Amino acid sequence: MSSNKKYWKSVEELNENSSIVETLQQNEFVKEIPTDEFLGDKNSLESSKTTRRDFLKYVGFSTAAASLAACEGPVIKSIPYVVQPEEIVPGVANYYATTIANGFDFASVLVKTREGRPIKIENNTMATTNGGANARVNASVLDLYDSMRMQGPVKGDTYVSWEDLNAEVTNKLTALTGSGKQIVLLTQTFASPSTTKLIAEFKQKYGNVNHVVYDAISESAALDAYQAKYNERGLANYDFSKADTIVSIGADFLSDWQGGGFDSGYAAGRVPTNGKMSRHIQFESNMSLTGANADKRVPLTPSQQKLALAKLYSEVVGGSVSVDLPEHISIAISNAASQLKKAGSNAVVVTGIQDVNAQTVVLEINEYLNSKAFDPATPIKTRQGNDKAVNTLIADMKAGKVGAIIMSGVNPLYTLPNAADFAEGLAQTELSVTFSMKADETSTQTQYIAAAPHYLESWGDVELKKGHFALMQPTIRPLFDTKQFQDALLNWTGNTMSYHDYIKQTWNENILGGSSFSQALHDGIFVSNGNVTTSSETSAASNDDKTFVGGIIEDVAQGLGLKNDDDAQTEQTISAPAVSGGQAARALASSVSSEGFELTLYPKVGMGDGQQANNPWLQEFPDPITRTSWDNYLTISRADAEALGLKNEHVADGALNGSYANVTVNGTTLENVPVMIQPGQAKGSVGLAFGYGRRIGLKSEMKTGVNAYVLYQDFNNVQNVSVTAASGMHEFASVQLHNTLMGRGDIIKETTLEIFNTKDKSVWNAVPVVSLNHVETPVSSPEVDLWDEFDRSIGHHFNLSIDLNACTGCGACVIACHAENNVPVVGKEEVRKSRDMHWLRIDRYYSSEESFEGDNEKKENISGLGSSLSEFGEMEHASENPQVAFQPVMCQHCNHAPCETVCPVAATSHGRQGQNHMAYNRCVGTRYCANNCPYKVRRFNWFLYSQNDEFDYHMNDDLGRMVLNPDVVVRSRGVMEKCSMCIQKTQKTILDAKRDGREIKDGEFQTACSAACSNGAMVFGDINDKESKVAKLLEDKRMYHLLEHVGTKPNVQYHTKVRNTTEA
Amino acid sequence: MKQVSNRKLGRNILTLSLIFILTLSTSIFAQDGDPEKGKSLFNSNCAACHKLDKKMTGPALRNIEQKLADEQGLDREWLAAWIRNSSALIKAGDTYANKIYDEYGGAAMTAFPQLSDEDISHILAYTAQEPEVPAQVAGTEATGAAAGSESGVSNKIILGALALLFALLAMALVLVRRTLNRFAEAKGVNLEQTKRTPIWKAFVQNQFLVLVTAIILLLASGYYLYGYMMQIGVDQGYQPVQPIHFSHKIHAGDNGIDCKFCHSSARVSKTSGIPSLNVCMNCHKSIYEVAESTATEEYSKEFYDGEIKKLYDAVGWSDEDQSYTGESQPVKWIRIHNLPDFAYFNHSQHVTVAGLECQTCHGPVETMEIMYQYSPLTMGWCVECHRTTNVKIEDNAYYTKIHEELSKKYGVEKLTAAQMGGLECGKCHY
Repeated sequence: MSSNKKYWKSVEELNENSSIVETLQQNEFVKEIPTDEFLGDKNSLESSKTTRRDFLKYVGFSTAAASLAACEGPVIKSIPYVVQPEEIVPGVANYYATTIANGFDFASVLVKTREGRPIKIENNTMATTNGGANARVNASVLDLYDSMRMQGPVKGDTYVSWEDLNAEVTNKLTALTGSGKQIVLLTQTFASPSTTKLIAEFKQKYGNVNHVVYDAISESAALDAYQAKYNERGLANYDFSKADTIVSIGADFLSDWQGGGFDSGYAAGRVPTNGKMSRHIQFESNMSLTGANADKRVPLTPSQQKLALAKLYSEVVGGSVSVDLPEHISIAISNAASQLKKAGSNAVVVTGIQDVNAQTVVLEINEYLNSKAFDPATPIKTRQGNDKAVNTLIADMKAGKVGAIIMSGVNPLYTLPNAADFAEGLAQTELSVTFSMKADETSTQTQYIAAAPHYLESWGDVELKKGHFALMQPTIRPLFDTKQFQDALLNWTGNTMSYHDYIKQTWNENILGGSSFSQALHDGIFVSNGNVTTSSETSAASNDDKTFVGGIIEDVAQGLGLKNDDDAQTEQTISAPAVSGGQAARALASSVSSEGFELTLYPKVGMGDGQQANNPWLQEFPDPITRTSWDNYLTISRADAEALGLKNEHVADGALNGSYANVTVNGTTLENVPVMIQPGQAKGSVGLAFGYGRRIGLKSEMKTGVNAYVLYQDFNNVQNVSVTAASGMHEFASVQLHNTLMGRGDIIKETTLEIFNTKDKSVWNAVPVVSLNHVETPVSSPEVDLWDEFDRSIGHHFNLSIDLNACTGCGACVIACHAENNVPVVGKEEVRKSRDMHWLRIDRYYSSEESFEGDNEKKENISGLGSSLSEFGEMEHASENPQVAFQPVMCQHCNHAPCETVCPVAATSHGRQGQNHMAYNRCVGTRYCANNCPYKVRRFNWFLYSQNDEFDYHMNDDLGRMVLNPDVVVRSRGVMEKCSMCIQKTQKTILDAKRDGREIKDGEFQTACSAACSNGAMVFGDINDKESKVAKLLEDKRMYHLLEHVGTKPNVQYHTKVRNTTEA
Repeated sequence: MKQVSNRKLGRNILTLSLIFILTLSTSIFAQDGDPEKGKSLFNSNCAACHKLDKKMTGPALRNIEQKLADEQGLDREWLAAWIRNSSALIKAGDTYANKIYDEYGGAAMTAFPQLSDEDISHILAYTAQEPEVPAQVAGTEATGAAAGSESGVSNKIILGALALLFALLAMALVLVRRTLNRFAEAKGVNLEQTKRTPIWKAFVQNQFLVLVTAIILLLASGYYLYGYMMQIGVDQGYQPVQPIHFSHKIHAGDNGIDCKFCHSSARVSKTSGIPSLNVCMNCHKSIYEVAESTATEEYSKEFYDGEIKKLYDAVGWSDEDQSYTGESQPVKWIRIHNLPDFAYFNHSQHVTVAGLECQTCHGPVETMEIMYQYSPLTMGWCVECHRTTNVKIEDNAYYTKIHEELSKKYGVEKLTAAQMGGLECGKCHY
């Protein structure tokens, strides 16, 4: 191994003239350690009367004194209410229905409060309009207790009173009324009928008011396409449960595509019932959550996506579009088209291409198919941003045409690619006010920060979909001196009403149609039967924007060479109700141009648009695909990475390191972006997540990642970029390093729909056998068991069932588990050392061949040591376009638990109800149990994570600790912890039944994860109740136990994943 | 103990007879109506808002008839009309009725149409009584105290006599010995003074004894050390001084208020809940002082009244204006029963489901002048009870099926909490 390579440890070493390198060669530390200063002063040492012995005596005495003093119990005070609110009983939780509407996430939720503190977000099962609460919504309760929140309105650097702020702002606004300068309201999408009405009144009072709606991650193209076709600004609604064939071109509809919330419908169609399940074909560049769930996934670059969509249109609807696509994609598109046609109205097509033509084409295809899953009649209202208006605003601001700007729910200086332009414009306004919970990038640059409340402290209403209204109500009195935007607007328009009364009035007049407001508030949702006064804003906006949409249509026409620049014809185009799909498809096909890499920017499941960046739960939430926490990164295919010299490597302690790269778009360079080699990433494409790289208004631990918005030019999520390797390696905090299944079919069992329907269970879901007296006996047989079986037939016996078909890997359960069980956040460094504390993890496995079956075959065919070494080595790498499977794993609560027998102090023991108990106060931390657990689900508290400055997350401040669940203990250092199967919840259910003197109905027993799973993948219940859902699932032929051959008899069931691979 | 209760009984009889004599003496002056009947009518109908000598929600009512006649020239007829339907009188435009109505914040008095003329005359007879003289009650108190001290004196005398007896005995022994010695000397008997090794040296020389002693010492110190260690963190008997001297004896004992009247959340929640101050004010709005008979040797009436004032200060109640000032100050009680965080205990499980008496764990709270921790609250104590206590399964549909199956399994009719799984770690530790 002789080589002349020069090895170096840091870039500094390459610098020949560096004095530091020189010093370091001689000395371990660059700076001399000042020992002499301390010991060298001989005089002071000698004059000191304290001898070494005295010193030791003092130490001994003080230690003894301290430990004696510790024997005394502390005095604990209890302070009852002076006047106890009627609805609060200490120790009993109250639930309120409310709605989150933060501009990115919109969902109806149920808030659990204890003694007036919201502590957990749950699904509002009465309101199914907008899917369930995703991981971010589940984590949003922690944002309420963010110690970095604004505590009151601020002018410059000083706190002011709301009266002063209101007076000053009103004066300024009144002064501006006649000046000819604009007053601009730059807001998030509120989708709120009351706010819309209020803004109209504000406009009336001050004139010259311009309301600009800005979505950080724009859906403008889809909105424009829908508006052009249906004459209303909104997004078409889809119900994937009604679709048998789903073709998606670049639409990540299981995470945040067009507002998200489609996953429950999708999951419903994925569970094989009566031998049928939906078929999902995904064409995409990045490996998305949706692609990971697809039956067939075709990686292709964003420009190829456009061509593919054009081709799909021509094959389904007709017309000729000539496109130049690689053969395998062409065939895949043709196959998809024929399946769509075959499924007819049971098929649906969606796309995530941010291009009006692409979106129009999709609307056309779905109309042509007469798709049942496609519902243009009740459009989604939760995205209303208008890119063009934002651009116009920035130009106006720079030109000095804007006198006042009032912002709410937006952070343009972080989310705009041309933030510098905005800042320049902002400086020219005479009045700038930001309603913000934080002193963030934008609010610190405005004259006033109007401290805004969290949604759990606010009133509000949301029109989620046309005719589907939701109410937001406060669940806690505002923690700080905050006022919501709408209350301030009321004040500024001279209205003395509170926003609550205003909403009530609006609802009674326009929405309820005689129904009860209190009932709507109780339910959290109100679905009107059509007699609703359309919100003025939407219709007004559609009039304003008509020319704009017409403009696009015109562009399309020109691009196609169909049209000369002729005024008369322009008018004609404008008045045309919709552009023809064929034209759009052709335009789409011709619009493609690519050079270098194509970057697709996307929101991560855990971080969204980045407004929750100071939420430690979300920072530590491992991405479902890469299993990496605390970072965003450039995803790139293995082939491209090798060509560019970019590497991912595992260092000695098993952690993952990745090279840095510089990413350039049109001269704007984002430097030192960590690189993650992503199996399944289309060659020639790269991906980067929004939401990271924030630097202002966060705790220092949360300042992670790079800001991808810098590259989000023209609000286009696809950019042509050049990628170059940069020096240095980035340290990732990944929780799963072993990526592939390596043919270990007993962890994730999967089969195809065809085999599932035609073959016996023993073929695709065989129970493992062991040899007993040379007879192969199934492991489930009691004869081969080393253990005596307990009798669990009496009372409750809990089982958790996990359906790998319905699980999309969304991770809502992971955050719900954090919130319910006070799971600590440990930080990036600790996660990197594999000391993460997640009680529930969602393992993600790639196949090393094209499919998992390929893996199995390869493993079966290994013969001899030589071949096993080389082939197992190969299997460690995921294939270029691997199949993906998700598997949530928590403590399996084995009836024959290996952990219980090795505990020297009997800290872990088995309950008759099937739960594996863990008595933390008994645990001495030997960690034998973790070593003996075949599922690796036990977590050790290496440190004290609460009230410890070393771990400055929510448990380190008084405010953040308010989110803790009082029914679950906060574990201390040196203690092993793990999933308890939410024993506090099962015990509560039992107690409630005992108190009422009744039997427990199926569905009453829930764990945090099963309650959070809106996809129905997790079902919890009592298998001794033979009528329960979970007892029936136990008998299901897809059921298997994890590592069944070990003979642990777990109480968690898994259901074999079935893929619908049937090509039509 | 018997002595004490007898003494109390005696005092109560004394007090009662005194009151009886007093009432007899005053009834002579009553014009018509029976003040005894009036008192019970007053207490059931009027006492919620009126006191005899103190303005409350409504005016003080001592000698009201006389006062009205003297000051306003209003007769009993007017008064009856007011009592039966005051709002009608106000509506009718009666000047004095309107004046009173405005004076008391526009709160109309509840109408009592059911009171007959006779009833009203009884009540008025009661209000016309002269106030009782408190000095005499104090007298009975003093005699009670004297009786109490007697037994203490007799004990001391007996002990002193015994001590004297022992001293005399010891002296006699010394004298006998000395006399015997003298006899011996006189007779010339030589009392041999054998030189013996001192006892401690002999002890040291006997290695076996040393060993045994060492073992005994070690065992004993081990025993006591264990005992000492085991009571670390066990606060049995913990009796802190509370910011307000709240006597459970007066409330739960003397007045027999049910525990769950104030600690209402014990029925439905894991915590029994310290009652909020508005619960106190349900009664203490009208109970602004303790009765003379409540005061004891140790705590005077003034002391107790002062404690009620503390409540008023905390809740922001102005006794003079009979209204809330809005300035409240939560009371920082010192928590007595502290379970560690890792132990889950639910009151409703024990109180409502199991139907246990609060006293089972909290001890004779109704006799505690100052609350203290009665039980050790250790795990051994919990487990002991779970092992021996039968689950209350009657009339609870939840238990029907489980009980049937389990009793068949164990072959018993009654099931203990332990047999229901009440000893499993995870039932209390999560």
